[in-house]
Amino acid sequence: MNQQLLVFFKALLGSCKDLLPIVLVIAFFQFAVLQQPMPNIADILVGLALVVLGLTFFIYGLEMGLFPIGESMAQAFARKGSINWLLTFAFCLGFGTTVAEPSLIAVAKEAAIVAATGGIINNTIDAQLSYANGLRYTVAFAVGFAIVIGVLRIIRGWPIHYLILGGYVVVVLMTIIAPNWIIGIAYDSGGVTTSTITVPLVTALGVGLASAIKGRNPMIDGFGLIAFASLTPMVFVMIYGMAIS
Amino acid sequence: MALLLEFFQTLKNTVIDVLPILSIILAFQLLVIRRPIPHIKQVGFGFIYVLIGLALFLLGLEKALFPLGKMMAEQLTAPEFIHEGAAVLTTVHWSDYAWVYVFAAAIGFSTTIAEPSLIAVALKAEEVSGGAINATSLRISVAIGVSVGIALGSYRIVVGHPLHYYIIAGYVVVVIQTFYCPKLIVPLAYDSGGVTTSTVTVPLVAALGLGLASTIPGRSPLIDGFGLIAFASLCPIIAVMAYAQLTQAKAHQVERNVKKRQRIKMNKRTLRQKKQEAEQAPIKIYQQDKQDR
Repeated sequence: MNQQLLVFFKALLGSCKDLLPIVLVIAFFQFAVLQQPMPNIADILVGLALVVLGLTFFIYGLEMGLFPIGESMAQAFARKGSINWLLTFAFCLGFGTTVAEPSLIAVAKEAAIVAATGGIINNTIDAQLSYANGLRYTVAFAVGFAIVIGVLRIIRGWPIHYLILGGYVVVVLMTIIAPNWIIGIAYDSGGVTTSTITVPLVTALGVGLASAIKGRNPMIDGFGLIAFASLTPMVFVMIYGMAIS
Repeated sequence: MALLLEFFQTLKNTVIDVLPILSIILAFQLLVIRRPIPHIKQVGFGFIYVLIGLALFLLGLEKALFPLGKMMAEQLTAPEFIHEGAAVLTTVHWSDYAWVYVFAAAIGFSTTIAEPSLIAVALKAEEVSGGAINATSLRISVAIGVSVGIALGSYRIVVGHPLHYYIIAGYVVVVIQTFYCPKLIVPLAYDSGGVTTSTVTVPLVAALGLGLASTIPGRSPLIDGFGLIAFASLCPIIAVMAYAQLTQAKAHQVERNVKKRQRIKMNKRTLRQKKQEAEQAPIKIYQQDKQDR
């Protein structure tokens, strides 16, 4: 029991260390640059304590739950030997986790408002909603597609850099023909898709697959799924922008 | 009491967010794999810890860091702060925004260090590489990448250059680095681009970008406001590969130094031997001479 407590306190200390830079930055800018007193300090202290506690729990649960389940599923699929089921699972995982992603919903809504005021779409609630939803489903489909390609790469052992660099070429070509106003949103949508729970799960899946398949190196073949998931949304969102205008 | 209520509200939202993932996992486990999950109890508790942790984390951010960070981004980009007194900007010089760049770099670095998904990937990378890749160094190099990226992105919004020139230039750098850096790090480096921008970084960075684009004359939030996140996911790729290249160069240096030292040692040894031989030579000749006689 004592030992567990010790481990917990060590983890807590680690989380404090992770959070220290933010506290220093905010304090420096508040006092030295903006020269203002800290507003409601009690609230902020409580909030910081919650963040530290939350980070500690998250990392604890990561090693206990998320990593093992990702790896055990990857191994089970590899043993089963059915590529079709594995790819279906990959697509569902990518699509399902992205379509409900809160930061994507927020960005899509923001993009709809900006597009409506910019006169790209009609300035009605309906038009905004359908634009935001269209954006969301486009990105979710793109992420599902990305995980499928990534898993296929692990199975076949394709070198990652040809695929990613090829993707970059497609992005550059699309940038030339896509309408100007979609480019910023398209480039950003690559970054916002990968949430805090998806990332560990997908990483564990990739590493698990690469270690279960003979001849694959978990370091070289296991990583890279997230790279695909942040590349394809750019292409798909630019296609969406072209389709709308 | 109110805090507890808020916590349960956040927990409920987190559970709803996770529900799709959970149902996909369960459906495939039960219907396709058809085998019980190994260590089901431990995995279940792990999932619960993750949910509680995430809910606490988000609640804390919402209470402490986001309001303050967003307010700072607004105040630092406000015309009153840039040009003391003037409420509307007429001319903009990029050097007026020095504090904005410093803030962008600092907030980019510090939020990346606290990013939970980056911690997860760094831990996994350390485990898989058998310790060859150090989790902390990886996180620091990603954080440096993000901080450079966001500072550069803010500069771009201020001067108003087109976004895609920068991104395409970044791609060219990535392509060149890919061919010169150790093979082992390439997939991880590509991954680190997408990992960096999630729970902590995105809200603060988006606030900074929109604040900049809506206060500078001639910028539209539609074209210029977005795009900071794109910088934040491109620069870490470059930073991680650069870190790997530096480590490799250092390892080569160490190897070369060791070899050099060995060579010197060898030289010393052979010299000493020769010296001894030379010293003993007259004696040998004398002894030989004596024997002969």
